[in-house]
Amino acid sequence: MKNPEHMNRIGVFVCHCGINIASIVDIEAVTKEISKYPGVEFIKDYQYMCSEPGQMIFKEACRSGQIDGIVVASCSPTLHETTFRRASIEAGMNPYRVEIANIREQCSWVHHDEEEKATEKAIDIMKSVIERSRRNESLTEVSLQTIKKVLVIGAGISGMQVALNIANSGVETFLLDRQPSIGGRMAQLSETFPTLDCSQCILTPRMVEVGQNKNITLMTYSEVEEVSGYVGNFNVKIRRKAAYVDWDKCTGCGICYQKCPKTVPSEFEQLIGKRKAIYTPFPQAVPNKVVIDNNNCLYFKTGKCRLCEKACPLGAIDFEQKERIEEIEVGAIVVATGYDLYEKEKIEEYKMGYCEDVLDGLTFERLLSSSGPTQGKLVRPSDGTVPKEIVFIQCVGSRDPDNHLPYCSRICCMYTAKHTMLYKHRVPDGQPYVFYMDIRSGGKNYEEFVQRAIEEDNVLYIRGRVARLYREDDKVVVVGADTLSGKTIVIRADMVVLAMAMRPSGGIEELSKKLKIQVDGNGFLSEAHPKLRPVETLTQGVFVAGCAQAPKDITDTVSQAGAAASKVLELLSNEKLLHDPITSWIDEELCAGCGQCVSQCSYNAIQLDEKKRKAFINEILCQGCGACIVTCPSGAAQQKNFTIKQYYSMIESLV
Amino acid sequence: MLTVSYMPGCTLKTTGRNYEDSMLKLLYKLNVKVEELKNWFCCGTTYSMASDNLMNQLAPIRTLLRAKQTGRRELLVLCSMCYNTLRRAQDLVLHDEEKRNKINEFMYLEETNFNGDEVRVIHLLNYLKEFIGFETLADGIIKKTSDLKVAPYYGCMLLRPEEISIDESSENPGIMEELFQACGIDNVYFPFKTECCGSYQTVNKKDIVISRTSKIINSAVNNKADMITTSCPLCYFNLDSSQGTLVDNVPGFKTIPVMYVSQILALFVGIEDATDYSMHSIDPRPVLKEKGLLG
Amino acid sequence: MNVQLSSEELDNEDIDKIIEISGANLFACYQCGKCTAGCPTSEFMDIPPHEVIRLLQFGQIEEILCKNTLWICASCITCAVRCPKGVDLSKIMEALRQIFLRKNVNYVHPNEVPNEELQTLPQIALIANFRKFTH
Repeated sequence: MKNPEHMNRIGVFVCHCGINIASIVDIEAVTKEISKYPGVEFIKDYQYMCSEPGQMIFKEACRSGQIDGIVVASCSPTLHETTFRRASIEAGMNPYRVEIANIREQCSWVHHDEEEKATEKAIDIMKSVIERSRRNESLTEVSLQTIKKVLVIGAGISGMQVALNIANSGVETFLLDRQPSIGGRMAQLSETFPTLDCSQCILTPRMVEVGQNKNITLMTYSEVEEVSGYVGNFNVKIRRKAAYVDWDKCTGCGICYQKCPKTVPSEFEQLIGKRKAIYTPFPQAVPNKVVIDNNNCLYFKTGKCRLCEKACPLGAIDFEQKERIEEIEVGAIVVATGYDLYEKEKIEEYKMGYCEDVLDGLTFERLLSSSGPTQGKLVRPSDGTVPKEIVFIQCVGSRDPDNHLPYCSRICCMYTAKHTMLYKHRVPDGQPYVFYMDIRSGGKNYEEFVQRAIEEDNVLYIRGRVARLYREDDKVVVVGADTLSGKTIVIRADMVVLAMAMRPSGGIEELSKKLKIQVDGNGFLSEAHPKLRPVETLTQGVFVAGCAQAPKDITDTVSQAGAAASKVLELLSNEKLLHDPITSWIDEELCAGCGQCVSQCSYNAIQLDEKKRKAFINEILCQGCGACIVTCPSGAAQQKNFTIKQYYSMIESLV
Repeated sequence: MLTVSYMPGCTLKTTGRNYEDSMLKLLYKLNVKVEELKNWFCCGTTYSMASDNLMNQLAPIRTLLRAKQTGRRELLVLCSMCYNTLRRAQDLVLHDEEKRNKINEFMYLEETNFNGDEVRVIHLLNYLKEFIGFETLADGIIKKTSDLKVAPYYGCMLLRPEEISIDESSENPGIMEELFQACGIDNVYFPFKTECCGSYQTVNKKDIVISRTSKIINSAVNNKADMITTSCPLCYFNLDSSQGTLVDNVPGFKTIPVMYVSQILALFVGIEDATDYSMHSIDPRPVLKEKGLLG
Repeated sequence: MNVQLSSEELDNEDIDKIIEISGANLFACYQCGKCTAGCPTSEFMDIPPHEVIRLLQFGQIEEILCKNTLWICASCITCAVRCPKGVDLSKIMEALRQIFLRKNVNYVHPNEVPNEELQTLPQIALIANFRKFTH
C-alpha cells in the first residue's frame, strides 16, 4: 500500500455545544491558537455544529475545494461522527477525511472547575487530531456479493420455524437434520403447556408445510462435515448418510417394515416402544421415507434376509448405497440443534431405585402420547398396572453446581405441572406428588396453569429435594424432604418421573468448531450479546435459535426462531454487503510469516499464505479490533487510518 | 512373597479380634507377609473436622510417619474408622501447605517430615483387589457353595467424603460385590448398604442405633440374604449386638448373622480356625453349616 | 417466638466463628432440603438439618445450641456428599459442637457410662463418642 498523501490543508470547526463546551473552554483562545497551527487552512466556531445551520457551514467548507481534511472539535465521535461523515458525502468529500476531536466528554465536562487547564487541554486534543488527520486516507467501504441461500442445521420446531420464515420470504433454504425425519423433540411430546394442545396435532401441519415449501430443500439423515468461507459466502460439505433406500423411489408405503423380521427398541419412543430395522421414526415422518439401521439389519449382520427388498413394490431398497458428500453454497447459517436430556445414570443416589418404572420426562411423554407405545394408556412399563402413587421429581441434575449442572433448565416446572394434570386426566383416583425447589412459572398463563394443577387436580407439591430412591417389593421408595414442614417424606411410589436437566444435544462441540462459533461453560452456543444480539454469534453470518443457545420452551423457541430468520433476511436483503473500511492490512515487506496474528484474531480474518509465508487479512471478516497489530512483532500489521505513524505524530504534538 | 506394613488400630485387638485373626490367616495363606507397625498410635477414630484444631491430626500423622520410616509405600488398614482418619489427615497435609508446615514444625523432634504423599493408606478390600487380584483369590477357593447369599454392607467411613472413597462410586459401591462374585458367592440387592448404622451414638443413644440397624437388617433379610458382611468393627458391633434387643422388642424380628469379609474368605479358602464364634451375638454357624461351609 | 432480623443480628461473631471452624459457606445454601431428606438420624432431631443452616443464616446460633440436633448427628457425611451447593453440613455440625464444648462443658460424661458398657463397647465407639461430645 502506498503512503497516503499528507493532507496539509485542514479546516477546523469548533462547536460551543451551547454552554456545554463554551462556558468552560475559552473558544476564542482555542481559535486563536489553532489558527496558527501548521496546515490549518481556516478555523470557524459555531454554537451548535450538529444543527441544520451548523451543518450548512460544514458542507460549504467541504464544497469550497480549499481543504482536503476536516477536524470537528465537539462531543464524542460516538454521537456525531456519523452525522458529519454523512454530511461530507453529501458535499462530495470522502467521509474518512473527517475526524472528531472530543472536547466535551473528555474535556469540558470533566474539567468544569478548571477553565484554564481545560482550554489548554482542548488545544492539545485538537492538535493531536489534526496531526492524525494529516495522514488519513480516503477510504471506501468494502463490498461483497452475497449468496441468497441459507442453511438451517437442526429441523426441530426451532429449525423448521426459521426455515419457514426465510423460505416464505422467497429465499432458498436447506433444512438439515441427522434424523431421518424433521420434527425434533416436539414430535415426541404428548400435549403442550399451558393450553394442553396435542403436540402432534399442532406440529404435523407445520411439518407438512415445511415438506411442501418450494423454497425448502430437506436434507434429513445428514450431518455437517465441513464449513469454509465467510459471511455471505459459506461453502458447506454435507454428509448424506446411507439410508440403503433410494428415496427418489420410496413412497413410505410401509410394506417393508411390516415384513422386516428384526424388532429393536425405538429411539423415538425413548426405548419403551419398538421399531423395525427398516423404519421411519414415526408415522407422520417428513419426508416419509424409510431407512435401514445397518447395526441391526439381519442382512448386514448375517448376510441373509433381504425380505424388505423382496417386499418393496418399487425396488427402492439398495443395500449397496454408500454415504456421499454433497456441497452447498450459502450466505448464512442458522444453528438450531436443540437439546438432549442429562442422563439419569449420572444420578448415583437414585440408581438403587432404577427400574422400568423410573422414567425421565421425555419417556413419560411417550407413555402419555396417544400415538405412543401404549396408545396413551398410562401403565407401568414393568407390569402393565396403572400407577396409583406417582412421584415427580424436579431439578434432577439442574441447579446442582457441585455434582451436576449449575443452571436452571427452565421448562421442567411447567412440563411437570402438565405431566401431573395429564396423569390425573387418565388416572382420576391416582395421587401425584411433586418434589420441587421453586416453581418457576413466569410466562403467559403459566402460573395459572400450575395453580390449576394444585387446586383442581389435587397435585401435592412438596418443597424439597429427594435424597435417594430404592426399590422395595414392586415399589420405588422415594426419600425426600419437605422444608416447609421440616419433615422427611417417604413415599412408596408405583412410578417415578425425573425432570432431568436439559443439555445441548450431542455433537454440538464438534459442530461449533466446524462453524468457528463459541460455546459457553455449559456447552450451549454463545450469542454475540446476551441482551442486544441474542440470535447472532460472534462469527458473522452464523445465527442461533432454540435450545442450542439455552434451555427454553416452545413459545420462546418459536419467537427466537423468528428473530433469527429476520436477522438472516436483514443480512441477505442487500445485493452486496458493505463493510467499514477501517480494517487491518499487512505490509508484506515486513511480515515474517510467524503466524502469531492468526491465532490472536477472534474473527478468523487472518490466514497464513503457506507458500509466500505471509499473513493475509480478509477485509470482509476483519472488524478492526487491532489485536493483530498489538501482537505483530515486526510492525507489519497496520490499521487503516490508525497507523503507527499517525499515533507517533499525535504523541509528538502533545509532548 | 509380598510384605506389607499394617496398622491394626485399637479395636482389632479387642472386640474386632475376629477381623484381625481371619485377615492375618487369610493373607498368610495368600503368601503375604503382614508387618505390624512397631509403634502406631490410636488414630483418634473420628477425623477432626474443626479447621482450627490441628492437635487431633497429630496422632494419625505420627502413625503415617512410622509407616514412612518402614520404607514401604503401602500401609494396610482394616478398620474403616482408622482408614477414614488416616486418609483424611493425609489429604489435609498434602493439600494445605500452611497446615503441613505448622504440623511439621510442631513435630520438630521427629527424624523426618511428613508431606502427605509418601505413604499410601490402603484398605484391605483395595489391597486384595490390586495386590492379590480377585481372580487369584478365587483360584484359592476350595469350598464350594451354590446358594450362600450375602448382603455386603459398607457403612460410611470407607466411602465418605468422596475423595477418600475406597470405591469409584461412594453412592453405589461395588468392590465387595465384585470380590464375592469372583469367589462364586451371591450378592443380594441391598439398598441400605451405605446407610449409617448410628456409629458412636451406640454409647449414649442406643435408640438411634437400634432404629438404624433394624432398617439395615430388615433390608438385608427382606432381600433374602443369609448373612451381612462388613469390614468395619463398629458397624459390625452395632449390627450384631443390636439384634439381641430387637429380638426382645420387635415381634417377628428375624435375625441374621454378621461377619467380617475376611472371616468369610478365610472359610472359603479352607481356614476353619480363624474365628472365635463365641464373640458373635448372632451365631453364624448354623447358616455356615447349612451352606456346607462348616463341617 | 418471632425472629427479629437486623443487620446487627446478622453480623454476628459466633457465625463468623462457625464459618472459620467449618470452612463452609453458609450462604451458598438455598434450602433444598436434600441434607434433611438423606439424613439417617433426622427423625430423632428437634430441628431438621437444613433448618440449622437457615437459623445460622439468620444469625440465631443460640436457637440451635439449645436443640439436640447437633448431638444426634453421627457424622456420616451423607449430607455433604449429596449437597448440590457443596455446603459441608457435617463440618458445620462439628463447628456447632465445638462452640458448645469449648465453653468447658461436656455433653457426655465419660464417668457416667456404665461399667458393663465400657467392657463390651468397642474402643472406637467410646473414643469417637468422647471426641465428639466432650471438650
